[in-house]
Amino acid sequence: MSSSNNAQVGSFPVKRGLAEMLKGGVIMDVVTPGQAKIAEDAGACAVMALERVPADIRRDGGVARMSDPDMIEGIKAAVTIPVMAKARIGHFVEAQILQALGVDFIDESEVLTPADEAHHIDKYKFTTPFVCGATNLGEALRRISEGAALIRSKGEAGTGNIVEAVRHLRSILGDIKKIGSADSAELFEWAKRLQAPLSLVQEIAETGKLPVPLFCAGGLATPADAALAMQLGAECVFVGSGIFKSDNPGPRAKAIVEATTHYMDAKILAKVSAGLGAPMTGIGMDEINQRYADRGW
Amino acid sequence: MNPRVLVGVLALQGAFDAHVQRLTELGLESRLVKNTSDLVDLDGIILPGGESTTMSNLLVASDLGVELSKRLHDGLPVFGTCAGMIMMARTIHDGRPDQISLDAMDIQVRRNGYGRQNDSFEQDISITSLDSPFHALFIRAPVIESIGHDVEVLASIDERPVLVRQAYSLASSFHPELVTDLRVHEIFLSIIHESLTTSKR
Repeated sequence: MSSSNNAQVGSFPVKRGLAEMLKGGVIMDVVTPGQAKIAEDAGACAVMALERVPADIRRDGGVARMSDPDMIEGIKAAVTIPVMAKARIGHFVEAQILQALGVDFIDESEVLTPADEAHHIDKYKFTTPFVCGATNLGEALRRISEGAALIRSKGEAGTGNIVEAVRHLRSILGDIKKIGSADSAELFEWAKRLQAPLSLVQEIAETGKLPVPLFCAGGLATPADAALAMQLGAECVFVGSGIFKSDNPGPRAKAIVEATTHYMDAKILAKVSAGLGAPMTGIGMDEINQRYADRGW
Repeated sequence: MNPRVLVGVLALQGAFDAHVQRLTELGLESRLVKNTSDLVDLDGIILPGGESTTMSNLLVASDLGVELSKRLHDGLPVFGTCAGMIMMARTIHDGRPDQISLDAMDIQVRRNGYGRQNDSFEQDISITSLDSPFHALFIRAPVIESIGHDVEVLASIDERPVLVRQAYSLASSFHPELVTDLRVHEIFLSIIHESLTTSKR
């Protein structure tokens, strides 16, 4: 469909470009075309197509895999915004299938059961951009060195509890700040400690930020959660179970979109937070038996 | 003759930070526009890339959409990139039926006309008035399907316009804010200067 002569598709700047376009928005988990429409109507900047939201994966147990291609096609047909889908960590064939299906972004996700306990996907082999989760800066830089065009905090998906996402954001952004004040000799030590490529550490020292956008995911359930993530320094938010496990998904989704745009304006946050009905119940970290954030390395 | 120029960047969703960075590199003052009050005293405004449906929703959620539309019809210089261009277009194909059109340019566009992300591409293009190629990124880009007779084509690929101008409005289907080359933003700056010298504002 694209054009002639010297056009290049699938390059890193083109992949990263889509991540730039998602900034300041809300990416919502959806499991049916109907939910995808509700998300688009509410102003989502993209949807994540999956078979079960993380809260249900957590409840049901078993092996969680890539979604059925029919279901992804149904969601692609239902909306005009970008459609993302998840592949298991290290499962490069699931990723090949998602690319063949024409999804706009692949999430190599710890929410699904990992397929490889030593290797993540070589994301440079794909023309479709990848987003990967991270709990700290070292993990983020390893994923970027494998070709991820976008990093998100892992948080703890399916809990409705933002505490882990806050921990991960603070850890990543805190270390970026510290690297900014390190001298050139200390950068070698940082690279060693983070187990990350020196060139990426040096780039952070120079620019003061991650080489790709940083989004927040894992446990967001309210407009205030979204604004908290944005004020901490996230550039966009993912909301998974938080919308369609709540009492009133449409209005809640819309309120979270407005809160993400106006994250510094407490008056607007107060207004959009009112009258949404009950959020998802959520669970405390000491009540869960499986931490998804521990998956991946 | 270089009066102080203040350029707004619509900051509801999308790649507005990258535009701010380019404006700063040009030595210009900029302001993020999220509310009606942010429109005061602007000499020009940029509508960034992102999702036009999301921005459209947020524009109609407050009176910002109405006020912005008024300012554009009064001749406020505007530069729309990708989704920003879609919102400026008189006619939008493959959009949502409730999607806002600011009607700031007599063009017809088709959303995602160049395809999905796997069809997104980068390519050198020739722009009239520039003496060397400009490296352009097209991300799920809209196609300009037709233009009114007052619209000037500044660049095209395979005879499809990708950079167009009408009066004080400039629009591109690509993303000049994602490269460090400032020349397209300079074209917009010269449009702002033109408007400041000719209008009584």
